[in-house]
This record gives sequence, C-alpha cells and structure tokens, in this order.
Amino acid sequence: MLKSSPRFRGGVSLNRKVVTFLNEKDTVKKSALDKFFQKDAVSGYVFIMPWLLGFLLFTLIPFVASFWFSFTKYDLFSSPKFIGLNNYIKMFTNDGLFVKSLKVTFLYAFASVPLRLIFALFVAILLNRKSKLSGLYRTLFYLPSIIGGSVAVAVMWRMLFLKEGGVFNAILGKLGLPDNISWLTNTKTAIWILVLLAVWQFGSSMLIFLAGLKQIPEHYYEAARVDGAGHAVQFFKITLPMLTPVIFFNLVNQLISGFIAFTQSVIITKSGEPLNTTLFYAVYLYRCSFGDYKMGYGSALAWVLLFIIAAFTAIIFKSSDSWVYYESKEQ
Amino acid sequence: MDNETKKEKKTKKISKTRLRNITGTVVYHIFMILFGLLMLYPVIWMVLSSFKNTREVMTVPTRLFSDHLYFINYANGWRGVGNVSFGVFFKNSFIISGIGTIGTVISSALVAYGFSRIKFPLKRFWFTCMLLTMMLPYQIIMVPQFVIFDKLNWTNSPLPLIVPAFGGGAFFIFLIMQFISGIPGELDQAAKIDGCGRYGIFFRVILPLIKPAVFTAAIFSFYWKWDDFLGPLLYLNSPQQYTVSLALKMFSDPDSIPDWGAMFAMSTLSLLPIFIIFLTCQRYLVEGISTTGLKG
Repeated sequence: MLKSSPRFRGGVSLNRKVVTFLNEKDTVKKSALDKFFQKDAVSGYVFIMPWLLGFLLFTLIPFVASFWFSFTKYDLFSSPKFIGLNNYIKMFTNDGLFVKSLKVTFLYAFASVPLRLIFALFVAILLNRKSKLSGLYRTLFYLPSIIGGSVAVAVMWRMLFLKEGGVFNAILGKLGLPDNISWLTNTKTAIWILVLLAVWQFGSSMLIFLAGLKQIPEHYYEAARVDGAGHAVQFFKITLPMLTPVIFFNLVNQLISGFIAFTQSVIITKSGEPLNTTLFYAVYLYRCSFGDYKMGYGSALAWVLLFIIAAFTAIIFKSSDSWVYYESKEQ
Repeated sequence: MDNETKKEKKTKKISKTRLRNITGTVVYHIFMILFGLLMLYPVIWMVLSSFKNTREVMTVPTRLFSDHLYFINYANGWRGVGNVSFGVFFKNSFIISGIGTIGTVISSALVAYGFSRIKFPLKRFWFTCMLLTMMLPYQIIMVPQFVIFDKLNWTNSPLPLIVPAFGGGAFFIFLIMQFISGIPGELDQAAKIDGCGRYGIFFRVILPLIKPAVFTAAIFSFYWKWDDFLGPLLYLNSPQQYTVSLALKMFSDPDSIPDWGAMFAMSTLSLLPIFIIFLTCQRYLVEGISTTGLKG
C-alpha cells in the first residue's frame, strides 16, 4: 500500500529510503524466477531456442545420420546394414549414371552461372543511368527472376520449346530458319534449353550488381576521364575491379544452387530425357533415394555432392585473394 | 563580326551535342523497352495463351491476340487432377506457405535479437553453425529428415513442410541481424533503465523498429514456400494434400496434354499470388536482394 502511493514517493528523504527498501525486497521475493530468466546466459538461449531446436532436430541429427547411412544399405523398411565403403566404391567404379549426372551438372553449372553473371552485369550497367524510367526497366528485367523457379514457368518453358506448337520454332519459321527442331528431345540441345532458362533469370544478380555499381564513387570515373581513359578502360580498370567482391559473392552462391538444381530437369525434360543428357545430380540422387529406395546409396551421393560444393567454395575462396579487391585492405 | 560568327558557331555546336544526346536517349529507351518486352515475351505468351483454345495455341502459336477469349479454360483447369479441384490445391498452398511464413518470421526475429544483443556462452559457436547451415545443400539432410518424419508418421501430411519452418531461417535471421545492428544500443539501455527486462526490450523497443526487415523476410519466406516443389514432392502423396506446384506437375505430366489452354490457365493462376507480391512489395524485394543477396 505504501509503495504504490505517489504521495510517499515525493515525501521526505527518510521515508523515501524506507519505500525503496521495501520495494527492493518485494521484487526480490516476487521474481526470483524472473531474475533467472533475465540473466544474459539464460535469456540468450531463450531467444535462440527456436533455431537451436530446429537446428538440432532437423539439421544436425539428419546430418550425422546421413553420414552413417552413406556406409549402409538401407531401404527405409528394414534397418540399415553396414557395408563399409561399398556405396562409394560402387559409385566411382560401377555407376555410369553417377558419372553421367555429374558431367551434366558440371556442364549446367559452369555454363549457366558465368553466362548469367555476364548478362546480369551487362544489363546492370545499362540500367545504371539516371532516368525516370529506370524503375520500370528494373521491374521488367527482374520479373523473370522472381517467377523463374516455379513449376508454372518450367511448364511454360517446356511448351515454348516443343517441336509441334512450341512458339520458339514458330518464330524461327517466320524468320525463315529451320523450324522443325525438337529442342527437348535432341541430346545436343536439351541441356542448353535448361541453361537458357537459368540465364533468363538474371534479375536478382542484376539487382546485386546494380547496388554494387551505385557504391562506386563518381570521382573515380572523373579522374579517369581527366587522364583520358575511354569507356573500355574505365570499365576494366574501375568498374570491374570495384565489383569483384559482388561477383565473388554471386559466384559462390550461384554455383551452389547450380549444383543442386532440380525442378527444371524434372518438369522440362521429364527427369533427364533424352538419354539422361539432362539428368541433374540432384535428380539422380532423388531417384536413387525415393524411386529405388536405395537410401544408403542416396546418402553417399549427397556426401559426394557436399564434398564437391565444399571443394569449389574453398577454391573460389582461396583464389579470391588474387582477384577480389577489397577497398578497406588498402587503407 | 568575327565575334558574332564565333558565337553562332558555339550555339550550333551546343545544339549539335544536345541533338546527339537526345538521339542517344531515345535510342537507349527504345532499346530498353524492346529488350524488356523480349524478356517478358514468354510470360506474355503464357498469359495470353491461357485465353485461347488448344487448337489455336498449337496451330498459330505466334499470334498473341485471338478473336475470342476462352475463359472456359479457367473453368476446365480449375477441375484439377484426380477429382480434386484447384481450389483445394490453392487452399493447401496458402495454409502451408502462410503458417510456415508466420512461424519462420517470428522465430527469426527472436533468434536474430538473441544473436545480436545478448552475450551468452557458446554464442560464437552457435552463430557459426547457423552461418554454415546457409551453405548446406538440402540434399544432405533430405534422406534422414524423411526417415524422421516417416517414423513420426508425418508423411503424407503438411506437417514436415510446416513444423521445421518454426525454427526460423538462417537467411532471415541474418537479414534481421543486419537490421538490428543499425539500431543504437542506447535505446536498449534507456529501456533497461526504465525498468524493461530483456523480453520487454525486444517486444516493446526492438520489434516495432525491425518491422521493415521482418516484412522483407515474410515476403521472401512466403514466396519460397509457394514455389517449393521438392518438399511437397517428397511428403505429399494424395491429391487431397497437393500444393499448387505439385498439382501443376501432375497436371502437365501426361506426354500429350489434351488441354493446353487449361494448363496455361492454371499456370497463370498459380503465379498470381507471386505477381501480386511482386507488384505491391517490390521495394522490399529489391532491398532484400541488393543488401543481403537473398536469391530471388
């Protein structure tokens, strides 16, 4: 009763002391539990608890289990049987589809990622110019990227390149070019249709490049122009070096997503047609694990994938010292 | 006189460069518009084809506008696959994407605050773990995750697609952390002096301030979940459970699709929520991608 009365708070100093004393004692009593939860060590864990639980249950345990499965024969219905390195040995000595899917995936990733980055950079430079319409253009170019990963667009892409009724052949015909190519069933062209879809989705890289371009101080270019540098020199001596951190970031991210591409192959080329020339690694992995229920083998495939991704990431990181330019380092 | 001719020459020169500038600008804009239309051509073709009958799409694919609009394609497509209509698929997609997004966003905000403002034992270790999960391909944990959900009897239900979302997403946690780092720590201190505890600081001070970042995360989360194909393919077996993306796959599976118009109609419809997000929240999407490199 005393403590809540405002009259007492503003009263004589002696009284106030008494009140504070009472107050403190009261809080200590009331909230020992609360105090426990207010401790940094406790509250920190309370806050990260959702992630921590999810990480342990749905990432860490499966991660460890996957490593174990990769040394077993496992079909989901009976318990895993340890077979040592057999999965890995079979993969490298007696599995043509593994080698094939690896080749296809490498071709896809190493063709589509650089092409998309070059294209994105080209468009970003075009867009990096003050104009009332640049917002509109950005929207136009960015849209394919936002819808590009969906099943609907994959279905559409398939229809575009069908031999009969596909609009691509029809356009070629109007231009007087051969119009009876069956793009999706030809072993030479099918994979390039998938690469083309990936390049078409250049929008988000373009946005990242655009943000990077805006960071380059204008006076660098002014100084270069004073020294008589042309557009090409400005591009190779200023723009490109200043963008290397952004390029580096894009390269790592997109190679990883290139290696695990899945939907496009499943929808557009019906999981690897023709003759497995578009059989992506992730599709083969899915087929082994959930089509044939060879889950041990599927896990081994996944670990090889992880190893490949880790190796490429490490190579890009290692090499980055020689080609990525960080401004702060020079200061 | 001599002076005058010089002046004249000068003005002529100026108007010449200005003329060149104007032509340059016009050429630039024409090029950009044509280029933009070329990029959008496939999408425009799909949307317009959804109003044509199948024969017309097959025989004159380059003709964009037809004399008659076949709205019936939408009715035909809506009937769906396996006696389940697209209404059910849309409902499923909205439930999975909606609940999943709410869970992801709330958790990500909490975790982001914990990692950015509180000192606790092993923080660096857990934070490194979180960063590493961003690089981890889903394929690694796909099989054992399936085994876990199978043992829980959760397969052929949307649970495996919803529950893990409540752990938050590493990308979103990172995004929100970036945002929190821009909020001065003095605000926390002031709230603390005013008698706010850790949880009060988060809910009353930080949460209202990080709304833009949370909103960005929500947009991306919804859109990724809406587009997700591998997850539903793994876990949903009966047409009653299908999401839109999985249903579209089944719809387009037969080698000779009898009704192209209906297929285009449903493809277009399935993109509608993304189009709407794109048009209304573009600013957030652009910001999310340019500042943290979230993949679009």
